[in-house]
Amino acid sequence: MELFEQDDGPGDETAGNAPEFTVSELSGAVRRTIEGAFGRVRVRGEIGRVSMPRSGHVYFALKDDRATLDAVAWKGQVARLSVRPEEGLEVIATGRMTTYPGQSKYQLIVDDLAPAGAGALMAMLEKRRAALAAEGLFDAARKKPIPYLPEVIGVVTSPSGAVIRDILHRLRDRFPRRVLIWPVAVQGQACAPEVAAAIRGFNALAPGGPVPRPDLIIVARGGGSLEDLWGFNEEIVVRAAAESAIPLISAVGHETDTTLIDHAADRRAPTPTAAAEMAVPVRLDLLGRTGELGGRLARAMAQRAEARRVRLADLSRGLGRPEALTGPARQRADLVAQRLEPALLSAVHRKRAVFAGLAGQARPELLARFIAAERRALAQRGDRLAPALARGAALARTGLDRLAARLAPATGRMARRAAADRAQLDALAGRLTVAPADRLAALADRLSALDRMRQTLGYAETLRRGYAVIRADGAVATSRTAAAGAAALEIEFHDGRLDAVPGGRGTRPAGRGKPGPGGQGELF
Amino acid sequence: MSELATMSFEEAMAELERVVGQLERGDVPLEESITLYERGAQLRAHCEAKLKAAEERVEKITRGADGTPGTEPVEGL
Repeated sequence: MELFEQDDGPGDETAGNAPEFTVSELSGAVRRTIEGAFGRVRVRGEIGRVSMPRSGHVYFALKDDRATLDAVAWKGQVARLSVRPEEGLEVIATGRMTTYPGQSKYQLIVDDLAPAGAGALMAMLEKRRAALAAEGLFDAARKKPIPYLPEVIGVVTSPSGAVIRDILHRLRDRFPRRVLIWPVAVQGQACAPEVAAAIRGFNALAPGGPVPRPDLIIVARGGGSLEDLWGFNEEIVVRAAAESAIPLISAVGHETDTTLIDHAADRRAPTPTAAAEMAVPVRLDLLGRTGELGGRLARAMAQRAEARRVRLADLSRGLGRPEALTGPARQRADLVAQRLEPALLSAVHRKRAVFAGLAGQARPELLARFIAAERRALAQRGDRLAPALARGAALARTGLDRLAARLAPATGRMARRAAADRAQLDALAGRLTVAPADRLAALADRLSALDRMRQTLGYAETLRRGYAVIRADGAVATSRTAAAGAAALEIEFHDGRLDAVPGGRGTRPAGRGKPGPGGQGELF
Repeated sequence: MSELATMSFEEAMAELERVVGQLERGDVPLEESITLYERGAQLRAHCEAKLKAAEERVEKITRGADGTPGTEPVEGL
């Protein structure tokens, strides 16, 4: 600043005396000044926009209501920060100031980043909790029941330390089980991604695979500061816990610490030991209980059997002696039997007396009188029989005459109809006889006409007009050459055949015999 | 009645209690009570077998070169 104040002087000569800096020299001087004056500072502010390029360095801005300060955490430092830079978080950053001459900037190189008091962190936690709750991740309806006796328990925690020992110890006391430990970092930047990956990894195990799929997951960590436990507030962890298909118990921190995974878990245990207690029942209690149930089962059965035995005995007594049942009946039977014989005798006596009375009345003249009466009745009916028959016959004849009268006209009609049919038949028969005769005559005419035509066309008619057919050795000869070579010739006229020898005058036919063309040469 | 072999301890225990309760009330016919008793005895044996098979085994998840999980035993915890 002093330099510039001196420059403010009005005279040119003073300007000429001032040393001239190059830009680099000046930037270097500023840098040394700033680094010297602010070698190590703590600055409080709210984190503005955060950028995390692929390089692994984290760039962010710290701001308050009036100013902004660029800050950078180098890759190597990022993992060691107590909290991950997150927009809106009130923090206290520790580091040293330096410049970035290339852009005329100054910035804070951050070594450590701590929340600015629990209040700031709590406020942010509350905001995040509300957002996740609004998504329904913490709904009671999502909670799955914890299995009563899991076969395999998956524990997500640090493989060393008191937490896993406490859990295994308590499991051993209550009910030893198969335990799979998925080792994770339980604080620092690596914590959240590792815990989330472990929960998802357990869920991804195939049932029946080489690594058994747990029936229950415990996510555990010992007590610590809010910052130490921060990984269990991260969204990826909360989502992994909420999405876990395997029931999950969270046991993070001490009883008073509540992290967001506790809301998403199916159950929340105040301590790792308590998680083990929730996970399995006490084996000895169960053995006792099974034994007791076994005893009750046997006793109940024995009592039932005894009760039934007693009841059976009671009922048997109630039945009494069989003689008591038959005694009275037998007595009555004896009494009745004694009365049986006298009763039969007296009954016979009574019947005989009745019979004697009736037998006295049975005399022959009674029968004769009865027969006479019957004969009279028969004679009367015989007298009525003949007229009745005559009447019946007369009635039948009348009916027959009536039917006959109706039959006569019907017969006439049928006769007329038969005559008509016969006339028609005769006409048809006449036509039948005439038709073939006509047709035959016509055919005969046609045949003779055709025959005439055949004769006209045939060679026989031609012969009649003076032509002749020459045959040489049996075959028709149509040339002189053919006729000259033959041994014998035959000439056919219309009225017969004549043998001839070629070259021989004697056999030469007289008149207008018509030899073949071959024979013509012989004629001259 | 589900099959014993596939029953969890909890289910077997709950059914055993039901069986005992029924027998104790004594309102089941004799024939049925014998069947119930036999079922109860089987359930009890199943429960005890489950309780006796309480063997501790502690393993740690390891990741293979291709990322597939395996296990190795953990001693001294």
